[in-house]
Amino acid sequence: MIEIVARDRCIACDKCIQVCPTDVFERGDDGVPLIARQGDCQTCFMCEAYCPVDALYVAPVAHPLPEPPDVTELAERGLLGGYRAQIGWGYGRTPGARRAIGPVLPAASQVIIS
Amino acid sequence: MTDLDVTADVLVAGGGPAGAWAAIKAAEAGADVVLVDKGYLGTSGATAAAGTGVWYVDPDPAAREEAMASREALGGYLAARSWMARVLDQTYANMNELAEVSRYPFPVGDDGRQIRRGLQGPEYMRRMRIRARRSGVRVLDHSPITELLVDAEGAVAGAAGYRRQHDRSYGVRAGAVVLATGGCAFLSKALGCDVNTGDGALFAAETGAELSGMEFSNAYAIAPEFTSVTKTAFYSYATFYHADGSVLEGAGSTRGRSVIARTLLSERVFCRLDQAGEEIRQAMRLAQPNFFLPFDRQGIDPFAELFPVTLLAEGTVRGTGGIRLTGYDCATSVPGLYAAGDAATREPICGGFTGGGSHNAAWAMSSGTWAGQAAARHARTLGPRAARRAVTGAGGAGLRPTGAGRAGHREIVEAVQAEVLPYEKNYLRHGDRLAPALASLDETWTRARQALRADGPDVVRARSAAAMAAHARWMYASALARTESRGMHKREDYPGSDPAQHHRLSCGGLDEVWVAPETGRPLAVAS
Repeated sequence: MIEIVARDRCIACDKCIQVCPTDVFERGDDGVPLIARQGDCQTCFMCEAYCPVDALYVAPVAHPLPEPPDVTELAERGLLGGYRAQIGWGYGRTPGARRAIGPVLPAASQVIIS
Repeated sequence: MTDLDVTADVLVAGGGPAGAWAAIKAAEAGADVVLVDKGYLGTSGATAAAGTGVWYVDPDPAAREEAMASREALGGYLAARSWMARVLDQTYANMNELAEVSRYPFPVGDDGRQIRRGLQGPEYMRRMRIRARRSGVRVLDHSPITELLVDAEGAVAGAAGYRRQHDRSYGVRAGAVVLATGGCAFLSKALGCDVNTGDGALFAAETGAELSGMEFSNAYAIAPEFTSVTKTAFYSYATFYHADGSVLEGAGSTRGRSVIARTLLSERVFCRLDQAGEEIRQAMRLAQPNFFLPFDRQGIDPFAELFPVTLLAEGTVRGTGGIRLTGYDCATSVPGLYAAGDAATREPICGGFTGGGSHNAAWAMSSGTWAGQAAARHARTLGPRAARRAVTGAGGAGLRPTGAGRAGHREIVEAVQAEVLPYEKNYLRHGDRLAPALASLDETWTRARQALRADGPDVVRARSAAAMAAHARWMYASALARTESRGMHKREDYPGSDPAQHHRLSCGGLDEVWVAPETGRPLAVAS
């Protein structure tokens, strides 16, 4: 679930508020989005992909963490905006789609490509 | 009157791939189009957050024949060659448009040709949004519809809805409506699926439309425990284990998934992707970066370490049931109403076996194209009088309660989930468990119909809750009616298939649910 909106990175562009398919965010008084409805988050990572300044972090578990993770540590591990980098979005990057040649699946599983 | 009244030739409800294609193709056919989505056109639904193979087959007769024949038996011979051939043609054309019109960056193979057999969801849907807007489609994001509007003859003439980020109602008067609202995964948190609560099927049924194939609704996907990331295909490289590290015999991602389900009833199941060599590992990462998010972020090496897995319900998102279509134009049995993508039944190309991935992706772009074009034609025959028709709202449960008392959406959702999520009820099907589950769901429906009420933005949640209750009842009524095993519908009490039941099952109804064999066009059978 969405856990972090890094205040010092956020440029208040509203992009995450706009793109979140389950409408999790609200605009805060200072323009920085608030995680207003975390329970509605479906852990789809789309907000992270769209954030132009790598200010968001979606934890990989589908329930809230007991404590939000430490922003500095996330940044050090390259996790802030990590998904955006992997799909090759952002200036100077090669779109991940261009490199997406998947494995040839074993014959028995050819019927389920999901 | 609502806070915002719009008129259009064609209204498309749903901003996944089917809705996007429908809107674009309706606009290209000259229609004035409005697309509304519960979330955001570009991120909403099962495709945007994922990656998918596509049923893209070169127009070589032998290859096409093989593609059509490959899954007929799995689907219980309920698919139709005539539809498959059309979908293969349309998908081929649309994928080529993605390359040439949308400049989708397909990977290039060793022969220098683009490989057009797969799509990454975020890139695909971002480009579909751009194309829709360039085509002149007006887009209302975060604006779920809450009911259809019908004219005096019962034809669909628009929809009413709610703009969540503006806290306002809205209405659209249209000559035709395309429902592309997705299937129903019952808020299981399967990747990207929480917007898919079966709303379109409820709205359609409220205007008298029929459904089909609702017994094929028991799709479950493998995911690391406590996560959302479903990518079952990659588990073909997995070995499954008990907690003590011994191998769980018979478990697998395809035929052995029921073994996993049965084991999960009494103990945790662990997994390691130990059958993937180094080359495959790298290819997996390039093809599906999101598959690795749960592992990378939790510090797990899925190729070397055991990790616990679960099965997440995907209902009719990866099942094949949905709104019944009456022809290749994706019309429903209600005039002015069309259905596309997972909202519609995918039996025409999948029969009774999951359309997960490649087939559903092909179906979304093909049925979206046809529904959009047909809706534009229908609106043109009505002309300007379409917007002048007197209309009434068709919505019932969650919108216009019939009794006293007050039920909340959470209560209804929890009651429905208790019957449809458990593996022993929906996956491992037996009449002795399905019948009481359906009885409980009938009670939940009655309560919702009488007492579910909400105001403002909660109307959307109430309608989704009602839609899930309706969906679950059509599923189990159909599952009980099909007293055999066919396709993905496996009955423990009827393990064999019955030649006398080689037909599709239609269903419908709200207060009274009915199920009946589909009549009319005979099914194509295997040669």
